[in-house]
Amino acid sequence: MRIVVGHLYPDYLNIYADRGNIAVLSRRAAWRGHELEVRSVSVGDALEPGEHDLLYIGGGQDREQALVAQDLLAKADGVRETVAAGAALLAVCGGYQLFGRSYRDLHGADLPGIGVFPFDTVAGDTRMIGDVLLECELEPGVHRTLAGFENHAGRTHLDADAEPLGRVVAGFGNDGESGREGCRVGRALGTYLHGPLLPRNPWLADWLLTQALAHRHGGVPELEPLADELEAEAHAVSARRAATRGGGRR
Amino acid sequence: MRVSIPLAAEIAVARAAGRLSRLARTGGGTTVPGKLIWKLDPGAIDRLAARLPLGSAVISATNGKTTTAAMAASILGERFRLAHNRSGANLVSGVASTLLDARAAELGLFEVDEAALPEILLRVKPKAVCLGNLFRDQLDRYGELEHVAEGWRSAVRSLPEDASLAVNGDDPQVGELARERPDALVFGVDDPSAARPSLQHAADSKYCVRCGAPYEYVAAYVGHLGDYRCPACGHSRPPLNVVAREIELHGLDSVSFELVSPAGTSVVRLRVPGLYNVYNALAAASLALSLGAAFDEIVAGIESFTAAFGRFERISVGDRGLLILLIKNPAGANEAVRTIVDGGAPATAVIALNDAIADGRDVSWIWDVDFEPLIPGLTRLVATGDRAAELGLRFKYGGLDAGAIDVVPSLEAALDRGLELTPPGGELVVLPTYTAMLALRQIVGERGFVRPYWERAA
Repeated sequence: MRIVVGHLYPDYLNIYADRGNIAVLSRRAAWRGHELEVRSVSVGDALEPGEHDLLYIGGGQDREQALVAQDLLAKADGVRETVAAGAALLAVCGGYQLFGRSYRDLHGADLPGIGVFPFDTVAGDTRMIGDVLLECELEPGVHRTLAGFENHAGRTHLDADAEPLGRVVAGFGNDGESGREGCRVGRALGTYLHGPLLPRNPWLADWLLTQALAHRHGGVPELEPLADELEAEAHAVSARRAATRGGGRR
Repeated sequence: MRVSIPLAAEIAVARAAGRLSRLARTGGGTTVPGKLIWKLDPGAIDRLAARLPLGSAVISATNGKTTTAAMAASILGERFRLAHNRSGANLVSGVASTLLDARAAELGLFEVDEAALPEILLRVKPKAVCLGNLFRDQLDRYGELEHVAEGWRSAVRSLPEDASLAVNGDDPQVGELARERPDALVFGVDDPSAARPSLQHAADSKYCVRCGAPYEYVAAYVGHLGDYRCPACGHSRPPLNVVAREIELHGLDSVSFELVSPAGTSVVRLRVPGLYNVYNALAAASLALSLGAAFDEIVAGIESFTAAFGRFERISVGDRGLLILLIKNPAGANEAVRTIVDGGAPATAVIALNDAIADGRDVSWIWDVDFEPLIPGLTRLVATGDRAAELGLRFKYGGLDAGAIDVVPSLEAALDRGLELTPPGGELVVLPTYTAMLALRQIVGERGFVRPYWERAA
């Protein structure tokens, strides 16, 4: 079956090897006989609601992020309609921040986000850098872990009733204090974790593919299991790194 | 209040510490004395540098600084006794150690870490500075490229008037540094036939430094290095003074080009391969020119250069050979991959990924490297190092059959596996990150095939 991915600003926001995430989605779809088509949606391109089953946005350096921020505001309605109609979303690092309500920079200036996620971000004067391990429960009773790397100056403060992507086992997370990392609204996920995230956490790639298939074709699609020994080994090494040298250990 | 210790006493203590480090076999002692004197009295470095009768020359770049400095040493070492940090200890402590060790040196020649450049320029007060390129590198350690570039801009602004500057005009951020200094030498490549068909995936400075619009490239050579022009505001590559034309790549053996400079023009044949080494040669030539070297000395120096430590280094191991190319960031690794593939894609490769501070704790950069040109020719990848599994995933999701990937975290076992797969008389390609490169050289050294790095002759 077919899945259409909208990759937002791949030419600007690609600082943490975001194409690794796309490669994992493509291969894991193909290995199950599905065809994943990735369409670039960059500066000046229109985002048509209904066109995409999965949106992806990565992180950039401050300079690149400032270059796309204005354009993203013009796409805000399209993104919100796409997500409201049940398409899946993964927003990583800088892209995650842009999808919140606002970002206050070090000079106190407020930059608007597009408000897909219920949070505000405030720049801090130190960066939170290191390996991270999260515990997640995206489906009731199904506990999983995510291992990745974070590098951000923003402190992201979720609304009290917002759902995080996961609980921080080791590392800083959204703000270095709350023990919460990322944000989830239905099929939309945002996180600071790169690494890239999906190669060493293939279960999350499969979760996103499942949501994207459900958006296009309805029902509850089943993905056949794959041989993930190498992925499991990479996950274990990354998780150990977080335990021994992740930031903000309490 | 700081107790004033005579410089001579500080030097004696610090040198003794270096000998102790070597005796204790904890390392080459290449940074221990410098760290100590830095602690005792940071100003001692300034005074040590000031004692060099001909002053110092400083080289910095994300990629190629070790090789550029080694090429410059090959040119300048004929005429002057050098204080040169050739083992790559390029922080303030490494420069201090080199100064401590260089008793009769006349000229300082220092490769300098990009982030340490501002501090070192202030202390060493160089006669000449050569700035090569800025690529994304170890974001967990250096922060964003823009941050490093800002440090360079203010460091260049505070250079004394009589210091000479050479910059790579093909890098938009670096070329811009010459605008305020009309005497600066600007080097670059002018040979569209050697250009790449498009900007690489991980190209960094592809947006105009003035207005933010995407540059148009007449020719892109290495990463974002090339002949660029902004269609919106007209910002473009500055005029070049030291130029490489008529480039001819000869596989893994060599590269030749026509070197055009204010001091003369000559065809030059390097004994190392790859377009990136043309940039290193241009940088070394420009630095030497600004120090007053003669054109024929420059040509002879870069032509006699063979290889810098761990960068395209060939080591014979019994009846087989190792070809070691350091990889540390996407732009540099892309050039290593292209050079190898141009020389005939290998069937076996050992790639070593460590994640210590010196390698970058964040290993995501391997996903930005274009390893794909290696994949069709590979029958066996030996993935090794502390993050061997992650490297294996990079190739699995790049399209290499999982059955062709051996994940062997132990460097020693991986080296043996690679050698076992290499026929007698053959050469094994090894691409290690920095600490993996040091460890592999040590393993090979313990088997008696290579000298420890601190014993290398000039």
